[in-house]
Amino acid sequence: MTDLTAMPAVVDSQSRSLFKRGERTRRRHAAEKRFRMIGLAAVIFGILALFGLLGSILNNGASSFRQTYITLDIHLDPAKLDKTGDRDPEALRKLTTFSYQPLIKMALDALVEGKGVSVEGLTSKDLEGMISKEAPAELRRFVLAHPSRIGETVTFAFLADGRIDGYYKGRVTMATAELDRNVTPEQLRLADKLKDAGVLATRFNWSFLTAPDASDTRPEAAGLGVAILGSAYMMLIVLVLSLPIGVAASIYLEEFAPRNRLTDVIEVNIANLAAVPSIVFGILGLAVFINYAGLPQSAPIVGGLVLTLMTLPTIIIATRAALKAVPPSIREAALGVGASKMQAIFHHVLPLAAPGILTGTIIGLAQALGETAPLLLIGMVAFVREFPAAPPGGFFDPASALPVQVYNWTQRGDPAFIERASGAIIVLLVFLIIMNLGAIFLRRRFERRW
Amino acid sequence: MTPGILAIIVLVLTVAGYFLGRQRALALAKREGVRLHSLPSHYGQAVALFTAVPALLLMGAWLFLQPLLLENQVSSQIPDSVIPEGGARSLVMADVRRIADGMDRLVGSGGLNEDDLSSMRADFSNIRGRLAEVGVALGSDVEPAVFEAAKSYRSIAGTSTLLRNIAVIAVALGFGFLAWRQVRPAMRARNVSETFIRSLLIGSSLVAILTTFGIVTSLLFETIHFFRLYPASEFFFSTVWNPQFRGGSDLGVLPLLWGTFYVSFVALLLAVPIGLMIAIYLAEYSGKALRSFAKPAIEILAGIPTIVYGLFALITVGPFLRDWIAQPLGLGSSSSSVLTAGLVMGIMLIPFVSSLSDDVINAVPQAMRDGSYGLGATQSETIRKVIMPAALPGIVGAILLAASRAIGETMIVVMGAGAAARLGLNPLEAMTTVTVKIVSQLTGDTEFASPETLVAFALGLTLFVFTLGLNILALYIVRKYREQYE
Repeated sequence: MTDLTAMPAVVDSQSRSLFKRGERTRRRHAAEKRFRMIGLAAVIFGILALFGLLGSILNNGASSFRQTYITLDIHLDPAKLDKTGDRDPEALRKLTTFSYQPLIKMALDALVEGKGVSVEGLTSKDLEGMISKEAPAELRRFVLAHPSRIGETVTFAFLADGRIDGYYKGRVTMATAELDRNVTPEQLRLADKLKDAGVLATRFNWSFLTAPDASDTRPEAAGLGVAILGSAYMMLIVLVLSLPIGVAASIYLEEFAPRNRLTDVIEVNIANLAAVPSIVFGILGLAVFINYAGLPQSAPIVGGLVLTLMTLPTIIIATRAALKAVPPSIREAALGVGASKMQAIFHHVLPLAAPGILTGTIIGLAQALGETAPLLLIGMVAFVREFPAAPPGGFFDPASALPVQVYNWTQRGDPAFIERASGAIIVLLVFLIIMNLGAIFLRRRFERRW
Repeated sequence: MTPGILAIIVLVLTVAGYFLGRQRALALAKREGVRLHSLPSHYGQAVALFTAVPALLLMGAWLFLQPLLLENQVSSQIPDSVIPEGGARSLVMADVRRIADGMDRLVGSGGLNEDDLSSMRADFSNIRGRLAEVGVALGSDVEPAVFEAAKSYRSIAGTSTLLRNIAVIAVALGFGFLAWRQVRPAMRARNVSETFIRSLLIGSSLVAILTTFGIVTSLLFETIHFFRLYPASEFFFSTVWNPQFRGGSDLGVLPLLWGTFYVSFVALLLAVPIGLMIAIYLAEYSGKALRSFAKPAIEILAGIPTIVYGLFALITVGPFLRDWIAQPLGLGSSSSSVLTAGLVMGIMLIPFVSSLSDDVINAVPQAMRDGSYGLGATQSETIRKVIMPAALPGIVGAILLAASRAIGETMIVVMGAGAAARLGLNPLEAMTTVTVKIVSQLTGDTEFASPETLVAFALGLTLFVFTLGLNILALYIVRKYREQYE
């Protein structure tokens, strides 16, 4: 009011027209527009951040699903592999991968000669370096599995060395090869010639999803097999433990709990556990499950237990919301025809709340799948090459987990592992997307509104 | 017999109990010509519950207590003379466990039978070599006393496992049989089984309390242990963090706390204004189409695992800041820095701030907006002068929750902030945080005797106290200052 009465004195009469804006109004409207623009900019920033994050990972990791292979005809020379000639599996097993290396070398020499693709200045060590160090092991596995084929000539597609592979993915160039001890420009030139000859090709790499991890010097062979299996085991444990416990706890708190101090304490505890940093759960796992209870390190059972404790609050909160959403008339109708309270809940309320409970469970599992920090503390970061056995015994075998494998790869020297880590993230995100789509589907398809 | 097989046996007994109980109820009712008090399945349920639950509880308790008792028993057998200078009893105990495990494997692989084992003596036979054959590597040759302790460890463990198996099956059979005997048509089976189920439900909800109890005791216990080895005043007030494996470390928490708060501050500096503006824009300005796309898109950011953010910091943001800002300005040369971790963490926190604030802003009644417009205020004036003050407690709560997330966040700082403990102001330098040091002190081979390892528990407790405090403060502010409309 005071503004209005004071204004006529200072503002000239023209600007008071409704059709012409005064200086002050213009300023206020400009401020309004600015504010709005800032808001829009913030929204755009948020969306760009999402796309930048996903784009950077996709950009770096998509290439890890393709790998360069070199096709070689290997003559499985009986003189080298089985001197006695009786194909005794024990004797074959004694032969280490060192004995297989010459076979590959011979095949490479024959290849270079046969195709006429020799490159000046290429030493024989360089030639051997074209093929992954994993190749002799692969060859040995094949021979042990098929001893009868010794003496034949078998065609193999071996992984090319990580640097050669990097050449076709843009990580390695002629210029960097000059400076790199691990690769020479001659090797790259030979690779180009082999590619023209159709011997070297880049194609989809299934072994990235199925093979176990590999050591620092052979990034091309590193795969996610053990990590995916370990994560699957942990999710199984989390599901089996946290779903029944979470649902039971929610039923008690939502349907039976009297309003007293114990109930309050439980409620406060659940709310707080949901906000405890995940690394603290890792410390708990280390102190209680490993040090006190003596469970083995790096085992899916410990990871599963820790993740169960972390997931419980999520599941309890979702389940309670689902139970609350079932209208009281359902309970009253059941009680009215003579059901006990327990029967009303287990026969009527729980089935109706099931879609909501499952949705919450899937979201909780998705969270647990991506959790890394607590798993670092319980030793999941160890280098594991052996696949864990079938459950339940396998729950106690060392294993890795998807997010931990990502961390593990980022800690290694070879830049090829960064590509692998990004590829592993893509696999992780695909699993998360599938789980979340499942949750959305369940919600759309089965959730009822009253 | 492993616990898994034992559990399966108990489950088989349980199923059998269900059918036997049900059948007995029906048979008795038919014979006596009376009606059952409850449905037949309730009788089965009661028997099944009495078979399974006490046995499984006993098994759980046994699994939990056995290591503790075993440790005490065997540890007293180890003479002080075999404990190496400056080492700890727990180290020797770890050896004992490894040797015992190796002996199990030796027997399992058929290289040895039980009689050989009991006559084996550490001073004559090459224990270390034989254990190495089955994949148990020992650091040094085995002392006779340690070997004897390992033998008795193994025999006590064996006896205890046997006793456990017998006890669990006996309890399952005993309670099951008693319950089965109780079954008669007049038995109030439904009430019995429902009371039982109800106590199981209560038990499940106590898991939350147990977890908190476990966290607090394990942290407190080891922290006290740490302060016995390392003075608390040094820990809290020293400005040097320099752990040494050979002892004589400086373990001051201040540089770590400084790094934690610095990174969190940078993160909040990004997340709070942007998150708030997103919430305002989506709640007050945006059309339906934009909102239905942007809100879920931004909430996806909250669902992405933090390892993804960590990798983003490591391979994209870090090198970008180093090459375009730090090096041209001569402020630093490392790709991991406070700014890297802070910016990436800020992106992670945006959805926490925005979606909570969005809810709070939407909860402000429309009448207040209409009143403000009626007085001639523009939309932005209404938001700043009317809606913000009304929504402030909720927004402060959201910011505090985001801050507690930032302090406890691990993977982003492990991969983006660096490992050098430093008290500095330059945001383009690497610094380290409490969570990074917890990870680095506890990963790898951990032996719980040195202050260098135990300090992680003190750090964990510090972290727990800070985040808990922030959460409680946030809840308090939201409750206390919440404006109640209508």
